[in-house]
Amino acid sequence: MKALTFTLISQPKERLDLSGLTPAALAGLSDIQVARLRIGTRRSPVAVGDVFKITGKDVSNIVFEGGSARFDKIGAGLSAGSMRVTGDVGCQAGRRMSGGSLCIEGSAGDHAGSCIINGRMEIKGNAGDYLGGPLAGEQIGTEGGILIVRGKAGDYAGDRLRRGTIAILKGCGDYAGYRMIAGTIVVCGRTGAIPGYLMKRGSLLFDRRPENLSPTFLPCGEPEIAFSTLFDRFLIDEKIMDRALLGSKPGKYGGDNAVSGKGEILFRKRDR
Amino acid sequence: MQQLSRNGILVDDTFAEAFGMRATAIIITAPTLRWARQAAITMTGYATSVIGCGCEAAIDVDLPASKTPDGRPGCRVMIFAMGTDELQKQLKSRLGQCVLTSPGSACFAGLDGTASLDLGNSLRYFGDGWQISKKFGGKHYWRVPVMDGEFLCEATTGLTKLAVGGGNLLFLAADNTKALNAAERAVTAIEKVPGAIMPFPGGIVRSGSKVGGKYKGMMASTNDAFAPTLRGVVDTSLTPDINAVLEIVIDGETSDAVAAAMRAGLKAVIDFGPKKGALRISAGNYGGKLGKFHYHLKDLLS
Repeated sequence: MKALTFTLISQPKERLDLSGLTPAALAGLSDIQVARLRIGTRRSPVAVGDVFKITGKDVSNIVFEGGSARFDKIGAGLSAGSMRVTGDVGCQAGRRMSGGSLCIEGSAGDHAGSCIINGRMEIKGNAGDYLGGPLAGEQIGTEGGILIVRGKAGDYAGDRLRRGTIAILKGCGDYAGYRMIAGTIVVCGRTGAIPGYLMKRGSLLFDRRPENLSPTFLPCGEPEIAFSTLFDRFLIDEKIMDRALLGSKPGKYGGDNAVSGKGEILFRKRDR
Repeated sequence: MQQLSRNGILVDDTFAEAFGMRATAIIITAPTLRWARQAAITMTGYATSVIGCGCEAAIDVDLPASKTPDGRPGCRVMIFAMGTDELQKQLKSRLGQCVLTSPGSACFAGLDGTASLDLGNSLRYFGDGWQISKKFGGKHYWRVPVMDGEFLCEATTGLTKLAVGGGNLLFLAADNTKALNAAERAVTAIEKVPGAIMPFPGGIVRSGSKVGGKYKGMMASTNDAFAPTLRGVVDTSLTPDINAVLEIVIDGETSDAVAAAMRAGLKAVIDFGPKKGALRISAGNYGGKLGKFHYHLKDLLS
């Protein structure tokens, strides 16, 4: 059966809330019912059929042909099945998804992967600020799953991460791992100011020695640990990376000692 | 007793009687195979028989770096006990005293079972608050800081209720050297069978036992029917040409593993021949009433 495909007719004139277009929400609906679903966020009731041409029947496999920075909350609440967007998306993509896979072939806006519980989300372009992070007032960010950004991420990536893995492959902005509770953030490329700021526990894994580190992170030598090679294998097995990130003897900083100080920054030593 | 003959060696028409057990397996890795094996050997020391040791344990196979979770050389260790609680107790104490303590070691689940037993879940407290929990790839690990870095340990391992303990072979020979020759050949062959271990020293036991004894409280006592020095004075199973008997005891992850191991041992000893090895091969049983699993030697001759 062909994937249920939403082909963008023209760039939307308003921000769209696409959280209702997931396999679970669309199951059992006819094409006409789907076309009538309201996705507009202004007072005029823009419906799915006004913006997209709908083809295909396989609701467990949803494709958006074309993208826009106005596609908000795409894949939000996804619990099973797969979703793919061939272009850019707006904010809160994949928010609170709990299973399945979401692939964004373009770039994503702020709060991409916000509070993911499980599943796999991949952004082939760049991501905005607060990658995986909670919205204002929420206590916990991402709680599980895998969130991959093949390009760059903005500031505050992995804010309040609780569990799971976030991988950013071309560098990130300031405060990566801000207020992290636990979990793992991988960053290849340059990191901005003060990574791990106020992190309680968890791991920041870098492919190079971090610059602009807070003075509340203290060097902890370069222990030979089995975890780094185990995690390197996981990254390769999951096709997140194609080479080892840390090696068997990474450098380590412990912090943030401004809070409990049980977190760590592990980084690949380049001077070997 | 009827006997078959293969390559000049008599094979008794009898069977090994074995019991259902609980088993688990772990993978121990280290910077070198030597240190992985050292941790495994230490952990499986004093684990020959459930009668006195609480569990039976040994190395199943050595694993190359490409076959272990962390890409370092390692080995798979199997542990057998009569009940789940005892198995958990033995696993926890042996892991804590023998693997956690061994230089560079790490420990992973070696079995996907229906139920699970704690590994790192019970050792993490050694970290005194500095232990790190990591969940990725559908698995849960604990990282415990130690003096040479970290002890990495998976949180749990699997438990199987399909395990079988007590498969055995008896090698009867003209003298001790020949009995040992035969038994060593069998051990080498059985070591290659996956999912089967031989918990006794070097895989071999010289003090085969019978159930009970004349003294109160003895659960097992010497197998006098196979003791050559008592040949004249007890109801012996030995003919005059036999002066030494050695036994191999096999525990398997499944009944098939035990059968495969016995088959491999039988073949190795028969191929070795009677001149420098065993004159006769037998097996131990309790009349067939105690153990659920019976392995008839004649069925295992390939």
